[in-house]
Amino acid sequence: MHEWALAEGVVSTAVKIARAEGLSEITEVVVKIGELQQVVHDVLNFALEQLRKPMMKDARFVLETIPARLRCRVCGEEWRFSPEELSEEVSEAIHFVPEVAHVYIKCPGCGSPDFEVVEGRGVILASIKGVKNDE
Amino acid sequence: MSDPRLEIIGKRLEKVGRIIAVSSGKGGVGKSVVASTLALILKKEGHEVGLLDLDFTSPATHVILGIGDLYPEEEYGIIPPLAHGLRYMSITYYSLDKPAPLRGADVSDAIIEILAITRWGELDYLVLDMPPGIGDATLDVLRLVRGINFLVVTTPSRVAFQTVKKLLTLLDELGIPVMGVVENMVMEPSSPIREQVRQLGQHYLGAVSYDAGLEGALGDVEKIMDTAFADSVKVIAYEIEQRLKRPPT
Repeated sequence: MHEWALAEGVVSTAVKIARAEGLSEITEVVVKIGELQQVVHDVLNFALEQLRKPMMKDARFVLETIPARLRCRVCGEEWRFSPEELSEEVSEAIHFVPEVAHVYIKCPGCGSPDFEVVEGRGVILASIKGVKNDE
Repeated sequence: MSDPRLEIIGKRLEKVGRIIAVSSGKGGVGKSVVASTLALILKKEGHEVGLLDLDFTSPATHVILGIGDLYPEEEYGIIPPLAHGLRYMSITYYSLDKPAPLRGADVSDAIIEILAITRWGELDYLVLDMPPGIGDATLDVLRLVRGINFLVVTTPSRVAFQTVKKLLTLLDELGIPVMGVVENMVMEPSSPIREQVRQLGQHYLGAVSYDAGLEGALGDVEKIMDTAFADSVKVIAYEIEQRLKRPPT
């Protein structure tokens, strides 16, 4: 996912959760980012700063990278995703649509493209902290 | 734990007037050609039209439309490039037309990703070329895309129509609007499909005769638009436009 689209989603989701939880102010937003997507943290941070809403004006955005681990469904081999081994074109394709990893990456054990991303695929808004309306 | 992508899908589609999901019960009924030709006709009639190929494991619209060296522009998301006047989006930009062996959960994630990143802008119509059947992709589109209208493609084959019946039943149970059924590749004038569609309480949009010249026209938009097939789809497109103009009942 593009960093700006991601930032937009994070901001909208944080506001929605804050409203549902009765928060008048958001003080911290923790975002876990799967390594597979190769999100550029500086760009995401910049986008979050630009898009932040009044209710999160002083919020701290915490970005955590989750290493990507892949497991072959055929032979059970497990391995770490290595973005440095990919060409720029392939990296960019996986950046936009991570599922195309199945086009370019094969199991190092048996060569199958039928693997699962055990961890480190997506982007998750892990938690938010804030101040309740009546505090 | 929330997936931030889900929050922005509605926003990405908020300036899209009508969303038409061209679907079928099984593959091989000409769904992608109907979807592509319908999009071209709507564009030719002066509308702003987008075409999204959601058949990720077997994309075909890029072949039908003869899409060459195109790549989306990156600007606060992804802006689909213009192809023959259509805002055109396909996974093939990223898979480079290599095999994409995706399981259901991967298809779901890829659909969410593409719906979340694609900035369609203002469109009168967005045509979705759906994967056939009632599997993950169809269920995801039903879950994620609001205000969708289905156009269901079958052939005169009993096998094709049996699978279409399941799709129509599902859509009916979920209260999803179906504009009607297109019977494609018709070779006999007395096909029973029209009556069977009526018995299901659905609208028979029209028959498209088998056109032996269509295969040779694929890949060349001007040739496609000159076929008898396209003439039949024009009639159907006109009826679709009229139906979509009416207020919902």
